[in-house]
Amino acid sequence: MTKPQHHHHSLERCRTLIAQLNDYLDGDLPPDLCAELEAHLAGCPDCRVVLGTLNQTVQILHTLDAVPPPLPADLEARLLARLALPSAPARGKP
Amino acid sequence: MPGLIINLSIYADEAALLAGLRRHDPDACTCLVKRFAPLVYARALRLVGDPDDAEGVLQTTFIKTCDALPNFDGASSLGTWIYRIATNEGLMLLRQRRPQVAFDAVAELLPADELPQPNHSWTIDPGRAALNGELRDQLAQAIAALPEPLRVVVTLRDIAELSTEETAAQLGITPGAVKVRLHRARLRLRDLLAGYLGFVTEDDDDQTAAPPP
Ligand SMILES: [Zn+2]
Repeated sequence: MTKPQHHHHSLERCRTLIAQLNDYLDGDLPPDLCAELEAHLAGCPDCRVVLGTLNQTVQILHTLDAVPPPLPADLEARLLARLALPSAPARGKP
Repeated sequence: MPGLIINLSIYADEAALLAGLRRHDPDACTCLVKRFAPLVYARALRLVGDPDDAEGVLQTTFIKTCDALPNFDGASSLGTWIYRIATNEGLMLLRQRRPQVAFDAVAELLPADELPQPNHSWTIDPGRAALNGELRDQLAQAIAALPEPLRVVVTLRDIAELSTEETAAQLGITPGAVKVRLHRARLRLRDLLAGYLGFVTEDDDDQTAAPPP
């Protein structure tokens, strides 16, 4: 495994801009800083990879609870008992 | 004996369910649990990190939800309202558990001179990623292993999708502190995914530059 690259530009520059990537992804970066960042990204493949993979990380996090696992049966039973509820709706209701 | 098949569709929509709840129809409460408890529990578990505590949060959330229903004004969806109650319960429990460690305590940080490794690139469809059980497990474990200040912020911001301002208000910290912690949490989780997905590209030109949403 190779060491971190970011060799096309000064590391200091990459470090500064990487600190802004999340604001950029969240649409929170002021326009002038966006332009600066985009100019750097155009010439820095390493920062582009970090941005692309960071963006995908956030997208995956957004979907993480899209389909929550079903509640374990014993846990649901305890919850319904605590709420003094029947475990299932009675039949024949509207 | 109640029917074994749980009929979730006895209420056509949220308005009908709400009307049933206000009539104190026990079926309505059971439906409420069936519909919202899985996500309440999943989120509570992420927030508090312990199954027993998460179950406590789950129970308190639904007790409070049922108590507070007469006051529910319908300004948000029922789900949003319940998840807000659950979040408050979870955060209260975290504060009680460790009263000395306030949420504005210094978060565990990345070393200042550490840059994310750029030499891992991957492309994965988030929709497919959501269905990848192993990936989800890996990510869930990584989130659970984050220092609490980072875990709580990434859970509220990126999983529960609260705004920076809402998250700051919930935690009693500044929006700036939310951003710093979110940044660190996301970088760590990115590194984990990079390791897990494991694609190393020799030449990253023209790859994966994403526009802002
Ligand atoms: Zn760079």
